[in-house]
Amino acid sequence: MTGSKFIKTVVLLIWAALLFAPFLFQDVRSIEVAARICIFIVLVASYDLLIGYTGIVSFAHVMFFGMGAYGTAIALDHIGNGWGPLALGTLCGLVVAVALAALIGLLSLRVKAIFFAMITLAAASVMLVLAVQLSGFTGGEDGMTYRTPDLFKTATKLWTDADGKVVRIADVKLNGKLAAYYMVFAVSAVLFWLMLRMVASPVGTVLQAIRENEARAEGIGYRVVAYRTAVFCIAAAVASLAGSVYAVWLKYTGPETALSFDIMIDILLMVVIGGMGTLWGAAIGATLLVLAQYYLRDLMGVAAEAVSGVPLLPDLLNPDRWLLWLGICFILLVYFFPRGIAGTAMARRSVKG
Amino acid sequence: MDQLSQTLGKMGGVFLLPLAVALAAFVLIGAPSSWLTLTVAGLSMGMMIFLMASGLSLVFGLMDVLNFGHSAFVSLGAFIAASTLAALSGWLGSPSVLLNIAALLVALMAATAVGLVAGLFFERVIIKPVYSDHLRQILITVGALIVAEQLILAIWGGTPTTVLRPEFLEGSWIVGGSSIQVYRVFAFGLGALVYLALYLALNRTRIGLLIRAGVENREMVESLGFRIDRLFIGVFMLGSALAALGGAMWAGYETLITPALGGEMLVIVFIVVIIGGLGSINGTLLGAILVGLTSNYVGFLAPKVALASNMILMILILLWRPSGLSPAVK
Amino acid sequence: MSLLTLDHLKTSIGQYHVLHDVSFSVPEGGVFVLLGRNGAGKTTTLRSIMGLWQPSPGSITFRGDDITGLHTSDIARRGIAYVPENMGVFGGLTVAENMVLATHTGRFDRARLKRVYELFPALERFWDKPAWSLSGGQKQMLSVARAIIEERALILIDEPTKGLAPSIVEAMGDAFVEISDSTTILLVEQNFQFAKRLGRDMAVIDDGRIVHSGTMADFAANQALQDQVLGLSV
Repeated sequence: MTGSKFIKTVVLLIWAALLFAPFLFQDVRSIEVAARICIFIVLVASYDLLIGYTGIVSFAHVMFFGMGAYGTAIALDHIGNGWGPLALGTLCGLVVAVALAALIGLLSLRVKAIFFAMITLAAASVMLVLAVQLSGFTGGEDGMTYRTPDLFKTATKLWTDADGKVVRIADVKLNGKLAAYYMVFAVSAVLFWLMLRMVASPVGTVLQAIRENEARAEGIGYRVVAYRTAVFCIAAAVASLAGSVYAVWLKYTGPETALSFDIMIDILLMVVIGGMGTLWGAAIGATLLVLAQYYLRDLMGVAAEAVSGVPLLPDLLNPDRWLLWLGICFILLVYFFPRGIAGTAMARRSVKG
Repeated sequence: MDQLSQTLGKMGGVFLLPLAVALAAFVLIGAPSSWLTLTVAGLSMGMMIFLMASGLSLVFGLMDVLNFGHSAFVSLGAFIAASTLAALSGWLGSPSVLLNIAALLVALMAATAVGLVAGLFFERVIIKPVYSDHLRQILITVGALIVAEQLILAIWGGTPTTVLRPEFLEGSWIVGGSSIQVYRVFAFGLGALVYLALYLALNRTRIGLLIRAGVENREMVESLGFRIDRLFIGVFMLGSALAALGGAMWAGYETLITPALGGEMLVIVFIVVIIGGLGSINGTLLGAILVGLTSNYVGFLAPKVALASNMILMILILLWRPSGLSPAVK
Repeated sequence: MSLLTLDHLKTSIGQYHVLHDVSFSVPEGGVFVLLGRNGAGKTTTLRSIMGLWQPSPGSITFRGDDITGLHTSDIARRGIAYVPENMGVFGGLTVAENMVLATHTGRFDRARLKRVYELFPALERFWDKPAWSLSGGQKQMLSVARAIIEERALILIDEPTKGLAPSIVEAMGDAFVEISDSTTILLVEQNFQFAKRLGRDMAVIDDGRIVHSGTMADFAANQALQDQVLGLSV
């Protein structure tokens, strides 16, 4: 099997596992993990459109994610839990995100990559501050807890039997939680598929031409700044939609879940670990890292217990320190395998087994 | 109009901006005593930020290296100084002013020395393999920032650390009805001293000449027979040491610090070097003073927008001068 | 004996092969002219000699030593000065500071400084002015002056006449004649009339290959050869 086929198969298996996740892993935490994986696959893939396909380093991606989340959350919180406010909020978040992306892009995408990185970092941090400051509107530091459309309520029975009890399939209740999960799954899958289509289209080819050699692409007649700004806007739009979906799933939106710089770091780690420049890699990176976030910490806790007598070591193995190890892995990866898991595997002609 | 701009240019051009800002604030604030307090606060904050930002700007100018991990040195300096002062609490508590001063000096020097060593390690291990590859440079330095922050968390813990201050830097002076904190005057003085030293080193020494030439055209300096990469290690270490010193000063200013300090300062430092123009010490000073003054004035006039004021300032300046106010000649 | 020898040099920049096969020898003394059209590989040849691009494969020998792969600064210290096409003048520095940087010790040799002043009087006049305020011709003079303020065995000069007024080109030519009394010059040129006057030996480069080499006198006398290797554009 070639490396490329292998990676694609793995990603398809991931999606298959996500499709059947509620039936395969029947506990609350697993469903949380599955939903988070879906959303982060989309978020990371959209970031890969920037960093991998176009060579743009932006630190504002979480800001667009947050705009979608906050747009939806504010509408649901202030107007009500109907489908109308949901659509309105999502749309508002989307429009604001795309408009801001266009503005930042046109203003600063013609400058050096490094300048752009700094400017996006500054923009994102200001947005975070604003979200915390405008507490009357955004819930401030505490964020907002709100109700979503009734369909997604856990108490909602999608299907009842003759006794009025909720029907179970393979012991899984067909309730609103399940509906919410499949909403997350469907939107994520569609967005991922659309992005795959986009990079396979001529647009993707142009983007890669720009990444490989900007001056040459300009020479051939591609309007580099226009293309870059367009991609920046598309990525922002997808991130914003992912944010909206996340807001509906969590029924809570706050700085920690939607805007914090930690999420940006997560995205960066995921895209580099998975492999920049291939959406398949983004899916693998997101899956691995979310799994690690939930389960590696448990493992580290056990390890820290085991070495509790040794100085400093328990501190380093403290579950809260997992980012330390991830950071070290990240640096090594950028040194030795800058193409990440998928990129490295796909470059190989065949994979054993 | 042309004549006006020429006269302004002769008098210092963009370097008059802080003065203009201060004057505007004087009119808007109305109360001279509050204005004076805020101005001193702004100037001292600006000087501390200058310490943190100057290295970043020079390093970028000389080697086109942008170090996202720069703020780790700021945090490191802050915590080293805090720990040193805590260890020397006996000296701090003693009635002898000399011992007080000694404790302060030891703390600042410890921070600076650790900054130097950390800078050397950072340059050799993190930066060197990725010279001239911007994408990987950004990624690696961000990775290094994560690791450094986590290490600081592991060593000093996440709970806020109290920073001791020598007695003679506590309290404030009352000047014409406005209170001026002693520590701020001290921070401003130290920053000004460092700026002066940097300025003289850059303009009066041969190494300074090489650095200024290297910022403009690295290849040409090498074609004249000099090794820029060796010079660069020195500049990188100096920049890290200054950032650590800035962090140490900032720790004394805040008196309560957490490992998040560096990350918070990183954004401000970036804004400062973008405003000032990369690669120039004068530009960095200008940017730092502007940011310091505006934050304090806006914080007084309109607290709600205070935190966004830096960003707004940056956007305005970038619209006016896309490569900053006083960038190095390239 | 030849001062500098390039042996089957091949240089790639990124994925583009710029030099395919460059071999020639610069004898000691006088002006050696490398002629060629835009994009023929002239600048790349000089940059390869200076170590600013790394050739592979191929070798560069200078005064009998292999200098291929050495660091640019080491190559410079062995006695090669470089006057790049963009002149490489440090605009933020004064003329004096530009000149000081070109000395290894930071001190001027009085006799040499006097000679620079004689060759380029404008530099003395603008000694304490920032270099960005100089005219194009004066910047070119400064760049050449930096190359001769210390004892050098070879000066690489890249298209010094580009964009300069005819009178300045004339003066520049006089200066080169004088400099070449004591120092070998490897001059890259497109301007054949200018080159003809100065060159003793020469080579023609086209599309990354040396297509002709010999003495300037023979080349200048042979119209058919000129037409053949230079085309009508030069």
